[in-house]
Amino acid sequence: MKKFSVRVYVTLRASVLDTAGTAVESGLHQLGYEGVEGVRIGKYIELNLTAESEEKAQQDLHEMCDKLLSNPVIENYSFELTPGEA
Amino acid sequence: MKFGIVVFPGSNCDRDVAMVTEGILNQPTRFIWHQDTDIDDIDTVVIPGGFSYGDYLRCGAIARFSPIMNSIIKHAEAGKLVLGICNGFQVLTEARLLPGALIRNRDLHFICDQIPVKVEHNNSLWTKGYQSAEVLQLPIAHGEGNYYAEEDTLKELEDNNQVLFRYSNRKGETTPQTNPNGSCRNIAGITNKKGNVLGMMPHPERASDARLGFVHGKALFAALC
Repeated sequence: MKKFSVRVYVTLRASVLDTAGTAVESGLHQLGYEGVEGVRIGKYIELNLTAESEEKAQQDLHEMCDKLLSNPVIENYSFELTPGEA
Repeated sequence: MKFGIVVFPGSNCDRDVAMVTEGILNQPTRFIWHQDTDIDDIDTVVIPGGFSYGDYLRCGAIARFSPIMNSIIKHAEAGKLVLGICNGFQVLTEARLLPGALIRNRDLHFICDQIPVKVEHNNSLWTKGYQSAEVLQLPIAHGEGNYYAEEDTLKELEDNNQVLFRYSNRKGETTPQTNPNGSCRNIAGITNKKGNVLGMMPHPERASDARLGFVHGKALFAALC
């Protein structure tokens, strides 16, 4: 069995209005950072995973993301995994 | 009509529903703990409002994997009735028993209010106690009630008459100004294609006792009995 340290990124799909992102963007403008645009707020999830191979770990992570960690109706996900525990 | 009311850790409108089904309508009613799986005796399952599992990750996302949910999915697939109110609506979308998703309110605020809600049509077992286009006054209380679905899903919902409730003004006009939370097409409540599963953000159970000032929600429950 191999251990992996995993970082999962969940973001709202482009077609979904990110009201919190919009509010933060206007906050940044008020701080004087006029050049800021396109603020989107997502979720970052860390986890350690033990699996028989990297391929199986990838497969499990896709399932976890589709079933629970993200809602495909409104969100996209991506993940990175590196061998060893964080 | 026997009602079963699901209780998750964090449900907080479960007893309000029982007050209506048992207290006002004298229907047999029992609570169903989220770890139970046997609901064969139940006709209508109600998933009540609240903050199941603290709404961690996404509203309804964790509740969706409770042991009871597989039984509820089978119950729905058998054509029996399932009503999700507020957090219950969120759970039903997470469980894919209803299309779309409930996202953060347009203006980011938690909204607690009494607002006009238009009955889209009464050709449904849920709305047969109302007139088509009747305007109800119902409470809402949510931070994530902004109904979102892709355009083709919205079109399908409307083509199949699955939209039962929309946010409106007292005249029944549905405009961006009468939309409290930014929901696509002012949608406040939808059914699945078969019509036996209803999810709605407004709280009919909080508007069923004259002593509380509003009774427009009672006809929804009474129509089932």
